[in-house]
Amino acid sequence: MTTPLLRVEDLVVEFGPKSAPIRVLEKVNFEMMSGSSIGIVGESGSGKSMTSLAIMRLIPEPAGRVSGRIEFDGRNLLDLPKKEMPRIRGRDIAMIFQEPMSSLNPVMSIGDQIAEGIMLHESMPREKRREKAAELLRLVGMPDPMGRLDSFPHQFSGGMRQRVMIAMAIACNPRLLIADEPTTALDVTIQAQVLQLMKQVRKRLNSSILIISHDLGVIADIAEHVIVMYAGRVIETGDSRSIFRNPTHPYTRGLLDSVPRLKDDRKRLHQIPGSVPLAGMIRQGCPFYARCGLRMDKCQQQMPPMQSVNSTHNAACWVTAPPLDTPRLVVAGEMR
Amino acid sequence: MNDVLISARNLGKTFSSASGLLGRKGRDVRAVDGVSFDVHRRETVALVGESGCGKSTLGRLLLRLIEASEGEVHYMGKDLLKLSREQMRAMRKDLQFVFQDPYGSLSPRRTIFEIISEPLEVFSVGKTRSQRRERVAQLLDQVGLSPSFMDRQPRQFSGGQRQRIGIARAIALDPTFIVADEPVSSLDVSVQAQIVNLMQDLQEDKGFSFLFIAHDLSVVRHIADRVAVMYLGRIVEIGPKAMVYDTPHHPYTQALLSAVPEPDPDAKKTQIILEGDVPSPANVPPGCSFHTRCPIVQAVCRRDRPPLLDTGKGQMVACHFAEAHPLTKGEHADLAKTRLQAVGSTGAL
Repeated sequence: MTTPLLRVEDLVVEFGPKSAPIRVLEKVNFEMMSGSSIGIVGESGSGKSMTSLAIMRLIPEPAGRVSGRIEFDGRNLLDLPKKEMPRIRGRDIAMIFQEPMSSLNPVMSIGDQIAEGIMLHESMPREKRREKAAELLRLVGMPDPMGRLDSFPHQFSGGMRQRVMIAMAIACNPRLLIADEPTTALDVTIQAQVLQLMKQVRKRLNSSILIISHDLGVIADIAEHVIVMYAGRVIETGDSRSIFRNPTHPYTRGLLDSVPRLKDDRKRLHQIPGSVPLAGMIRQGCPFYARCGLRMDKCQQQMPPMQSVNSTHNAACWVTAPPLDTPRLVVAGEMR
Repeated sequence: MNDVLISARNLGKTFSSASGLLGRKGRDVRAVDGVSFDVHRRETVALVGESGCGKSTLGRLLLRLIEASEGEVHYMGKDLLKLSREQMRAMRKDLQFVFQDPYGSLSPRRTIFEIISEPLEVFSVGKTRSQRRERVAQLLDQVGLSPSFMDRQPRQFSGGQRQRIGIARAIALDPTFIVADEPVSSLDVSVQAQIVNLMQDLQEDKGFSFLFIAHDLSVVRHIADRVAVMYLGRIVEIGPKAMVYDTPHHPYTQALLSAVPEPDPDAKKTQIILEGDVPSPANVPPGCSFHTRCPIVQAVCRRDRPPLLDTGKGQMVACHFAEAHPLTKGEHADLAKTRLQAVGSTGAL
């Protein structure tokens, strides 16, 4: 068994006063092998973006307090001195953000912006950097890459800006690429282009991708493993096929059922009652308790532990994935 | 279905950009270009297209929230665009709008009662305050909110609840026609379904007609009777839901359908990935405006603009190709695929 590229262990993020902390991440655990693609799916406030920011150590301190372990290639990033992080960001771990317009510098040409990233991590002459920047733009499917080096972000469309972001992110061949809602601001036909590009990039550079999205379709398209988050907690993880074929947590089931699909003739969409709780609002028990159709008393008191559904698939639910030493309940009125 | 409620004829809107800082004349933006279509009584028409296609502008033109550059909107035997301000104001009782952003469209300083009762006051529905409170309570109940929320302010509500408030306001005067501009786009997935179901129920119950604007085809699958697809200011395909989804004729409709990522890792589909970006509406390509991205483009497409023609079954398509060869979905996808292979795969990788 090789060591995982990334291992997140009991990751907790708290904000607010120490006496009454608001926990936005509650003991997040997962592992990522080199070359794999993992998708984190969740709705607003689920903690999915917070997880990626914590991995990059981009949570502002001391307002936010991070504890647990984030092992990248065997080293705990949380133990590193702060000034070490910039050397890791961009070179080992790169990030693609949701809004390409606000993540790019509006008064710097895109050629310079791509070259800046290269300059920080590799020494090469200016001309070479420009060539490399053009090469990266060609790689992400930018027409006339040499000619566009001196263009500014506002001269590009949303899809093209996201390509520039991807070019910047892969400039130093990072081993881990974190993409936080990379296609959410894009039109569907452009989203299809960008997803295809990300799959091609991954294949070509053999890098690992951690993709974060609220869109189950995007996750199904690109991720081999899926982590489902709800209110700051991981509630289900597993092989993508197993999660989509055999969703086990009532939230995952409800979410999959409430997605409108092109090919189905249901008269009505399945709906989950209530609204998404804010991370930190749940202090006890299962975070999905208030909206769950299968809840029992125990769920309100105790957060269920992760239980294995099959060799690659785990879920945290007292009802649908009870611990092995308790008798399985026969669930009347299954949701699916 | 001859029971037409509202119909647009050659409706168009040009936003002329005022001269810029240096006195340069800006380009005119042709947001909506000669659109004609009908909405029948009790019918839901979905208007689908990507950003910049003019779908929101079209929705606003129909209700005269912005003034059209040309064309007509017929409603109850009158051309709405010819009415005076006073006459139009009287019509507003029947014609309502639900906005996309539930955070930006409710006044933050007013209570829910004030927000929902405003249209009641304007049209003198309910003589006394207590009668109006009763009506607002009833409306809140209809949209699935507790009447006890009446004296709270919008900030105390989640996105989904705010959208319910927006809907309560829109149905307050029992309108005959509601335009909803991407009403669920900014909501969480699990809440989207609640709002879509609510609007479906309200429509069945109250019988208004509905124009539901959306940016992709998956959301409207459950709610639409007919679907209209827009591209750069024009309707390129319109027809009964089943036909548009099962036998889409326009290559753009096919690409839109194929671009929606399905929540199923095994969904093997012939994906048509369009190249390039949507051209700017300030610079619409000549001929068929889709020709710059079309996988099955021919010489004629660059020259002549295809008219929106009926395929014979109530499905109308604006494509030289689709009209001459009404292909099934599979055939069209295969054709698109072979053309794509012929020009080389997309991207440089």
